[in-house]
Amino acid sequence: MEPQLLRLTTAGSVDDGKSTLIGRLLHDSDAVYEDQLQAVRKVSRGGLDLALLTDGLRAEREQGITIDVAYRYFSTPRRRFIIADTPGHEEYTRNMATGASTAELALILLDARKGVLPQTRRHACIAWLLGIRRIVFVINKMDAVAYSEEVFQGVCQELAALTEQLDGCLLHNIPVSALEGDNVVRRSDHMPWFRGDCLLEYLETLPLENTESALDFRLPVQYVIRDQPDFRAYAGQIAAGSVQVGDEVLILPSYQVTRVSTICEFERNSGSAYAPMSVSLCLDGQFDVGRGSMLCSPANPPQVAQQVQARVIWMAETPMKLHHPYLVKHTSQRVCAQVSRLISVLDVHTLNTQPATELRLNEIGTVELETHLPLFFDPYNLNRITGSFVLIDPISNQTLAAGMIEGAASRKIEKRNQMLQPGFAVWFTGLSSAGKSTISQAVYERLWAMGYKVELLDGDVVRRHISKDLGFSEEDRNENVRRIGFLADLLAKNGVIALVSAISPYRAIRDELRSKIAGFVEVYVNAPLSVCEYRDVKGLYSKARAGVLKKFTGIDDPYEPPLNPEIECRTDRETLAESVAKIMEYLETRLPVASHSASYHVKAVSTPD
Amino acid sequence: MNSQLSHIKALEAESIHIMREVAAEFSRPVMLYSIGKDSSVMLRLAQKAFYPARPPFPLLHIDTTYKFREMTEFRDRICAELGFKLIVHVPSEAREQGVNPFKFGTQKCCALLKTKSLLDALAHGAFEAALGGARREEEKSRAKERVYSFRDVHGQWDPKNQRPEPWNLFNGRIDKGETIRVFPLSNWTELDVWEYINQENIPVVPLYFAHERQMLIRGDLLIPYMQDVPLLPGETPQTIMCRFRSLGCRFCTGAVRSTATTLPEIIDELRTVRWSERQNRIIDLDQEGSMELKKREGYF
Repeated sequence: MEPQLLRLTTAGSVDDGKSTLIGRLLHDSDAVYEDQLQAVRKVSRGGLDLALLTDGLRAEREQGITIDVAYRYFSTPRRRFIIADTPGHEEYTRNMATGASTAELALILLDARKGVLPQTRRHACIAWLLGIRRIVFVINKMDAVAYSEEVFQGVCQELAALTEQLDGCLLHNIPVSALEGDNVVRRSDHMPWFRGDCLLEYLETLPLENTESALDFRLPVQYVIRDQPDFRAYAGQIAAGSVQVGDEVLILPSYQVTRVSTICEFERNSGSAYAPMSVSLCLDGQFDVGRGSMLCSPANPPQVAQQVQARVIWMAETPMKLHHPYLVKHTSQRVCAQVSRLISVLDVHTLNTQPATELRLNEIGTVELETHLPLFFDPYNLNRITGSFVLIDPISNQTLAAGMIEGAASRKIEKRNQMLQPGFAVWFTGLSSAGKSTISQAVYERLWAMGYKVELLDGDVVRRHISKDLGFSEEDRNENVRRIGFLADLLAKNGVIALVSAISPYRAIRDELRSKIAGFVEVYVNAPLSVCEYRDVKGLYSKARAGVLKKFTGIDDPYEPPLNPEIECRTDRETLAESVAKIMEYLETRLPVASHSASYHVKAVSTPD
Repeated sequence: MNSQLSHIKALEAESIHIMREVAAEFSRPVMLYSIGKDSSVMLRLAQKAFYPARPPFPLLHIDTTYKFREMTEFRDRICAELGFKLIVHVPSEAREQGVNPFKFGTQKCCALLKTKSLLDALAHGAFEAALGGARREEEKSRAKERVYSFRDVHGQWDPKNQRPEPWNLFNGRIDKGETIRVFPLSNWTELDVWEYINQENIPVVPLYFAHERQMLIRGDLLIPYMQDVPLLPGETPQTIMCRFRSLGCRFCTGAVRSTATTLPEIIDELRTVRWSERQNRIIDLDQEGSMELKKREGYF
């Protein structure tokens, strides 16, 4: 079996012997080359100071501390390890968070003589916040307490109290002496009472986290590959789930659904891919997909919102400013944003949250973030890629904070619960080819993106599903419209905006629906017959003129225009954008501020209604 | 799906992600090409990242003119085969002044021929982002390097003022004149590089394979013998079975005694080897922390 990668992070302060432990791990697993050892021997004061193997920068060697995150690599036949070696002082919380952000496991060091310190709690808390669910507490300096089992058990008890708060975390305690090499790479003869694995054995055999995520397919589009004039492949690294040629995918933010036609693979052709592979996909049909778009599973898409609640770790000298222009980098999107509220700050010693007015360097706060474009996200605890972001200062270009999304902003959800969205049945009536489907589709997308619950009822689709038995007599047409009206009424009563696109030629039945449905909005999509006939989107006018199609509205069956529609769109005189704006203006004045929604719809193929 | 990617495939996916970020976020990226094994891996990753199109950036080679003949030949052949655009920058001013390691010392020679000419070439091409094949495992100051390494208007690295880089969210925003060096192979080890070359069947310069070569023995180092290398008193070239683990300029690249003539043999050798790959790079040995100092000045 091929070796697999385990990324781990370490935390502990200088005095806990963290650098020595890592040096010991590297040295005893033969990951240190002879010339590197010689270089260290030259500068060691007496003997071989293993800590010097990992202290890379001059300032660090001069001051005897670790300043920055350093990455170390070693391997055994079973696994490859990447260690993010991060400093433990409080002022370096940002570095610890950086190291933990990509790690699956944390090694937290304790000094056996001192036991659990406030910083132990802080280290465990940061690791847990960053999504690490495997923590090994390494109780070091056992040589200084005569390898006492009692001391070890005492520390374990203290740890038990601390770790109660770490939900769903796999925990393990190992007594070691990094200085002497006990229980690091080899089991110790000094501690026969400890029957567990030594540290390296534990790291080698611990089952890796299942990469099978709770989420379905998500591919943030990073880059569009163009080759031949018509060739487009959408490239990115799969953030969750898997994909196969032929799979249906939902495109965000356009909410279109299509299929994967090809997975472009260099020198192979497997037709499938899964997280965390970097892939490029071709789609069936032409769509507006670019950097920042997301391709995802239509059955289980990510959340979409412009207001999110998030945990942020502040990493800059200047404190966080409310309502100040920041940039958010989230997956492959970079959007303008502002922090609209500081909800609380976490006390990393007690793990309690407290209200606060300011968020400073190395502090962890819960905030509400507003973005200028919607984010497509999952909560961080479900997916680290779609749930994480950084805040960037647009002036200094500095990275200010690391953020973890908890969900759509709760304030807005509360608002929606208190003030249920009123439902509407927006009824688009007009001749075939007047533009009903185009306008209703565009309105649908706008409302969806704003976070409203919205559904599209297309006359053609209804005919294929629940009115299959009906023909095109006046009686049957009225029955069809009545059925659509019934559905729209049910939706509207439940706070959904139902957008109905149906010719619905007779005035009487429309007026009947108006009297029955609360929130009925009639939109007359009006273009002269000659214009519609010229457009003839579905080729039906020519068939009707040829006599192939009987009782076709406008040709040999009447269309009765609305007398007092709420909105009229003259599609022969105004642009699509103007028509949509009219309808949005009407609706927006009657709707509360939106939150998020997670429905989608499959675009219909048309037949006459 | 219950598949776990092998560690090599996981590293590949990460590196391709980084290259695509650079292609998407910078209008003038360039890829530094040094002809070595890491560069060969970089070429394959770039091929894969933008397949079936060609990478949207040119390659840049800083040709100190002290490179091995095998290296330049390999470079021209591979770039022609792949159809990649190659820019060769020759530090003509320094060469006219006769800069060489014998007269100027290795540090000054390297500063003038490599660091300065790299900065010149980046400025000349107005490149904002330069992809390089450096790995964190190579050297301890590189262990602290970011994937996106921010450089000021003078191309300098400030290790105390690096941008935090959580997750794989890279901040590539820069002002005019500033640049970013990007290291897609940050998390690869020498062994990973060779395993990938073997797995993917990637062509590399023949100097990496053991062969009988004319060498000079200087202290612990094996220096390739050529006409323009001044002999020390009493020194004679000897035929030695050896290979190069890392390739730089002829004068400053030492070989290692080895019998590894195939990729699997190189991989086996690396699994047991006790010396680091930069052991034979004379410039790194100049003084404790010399790589850090060079990087501060603009070395990549």
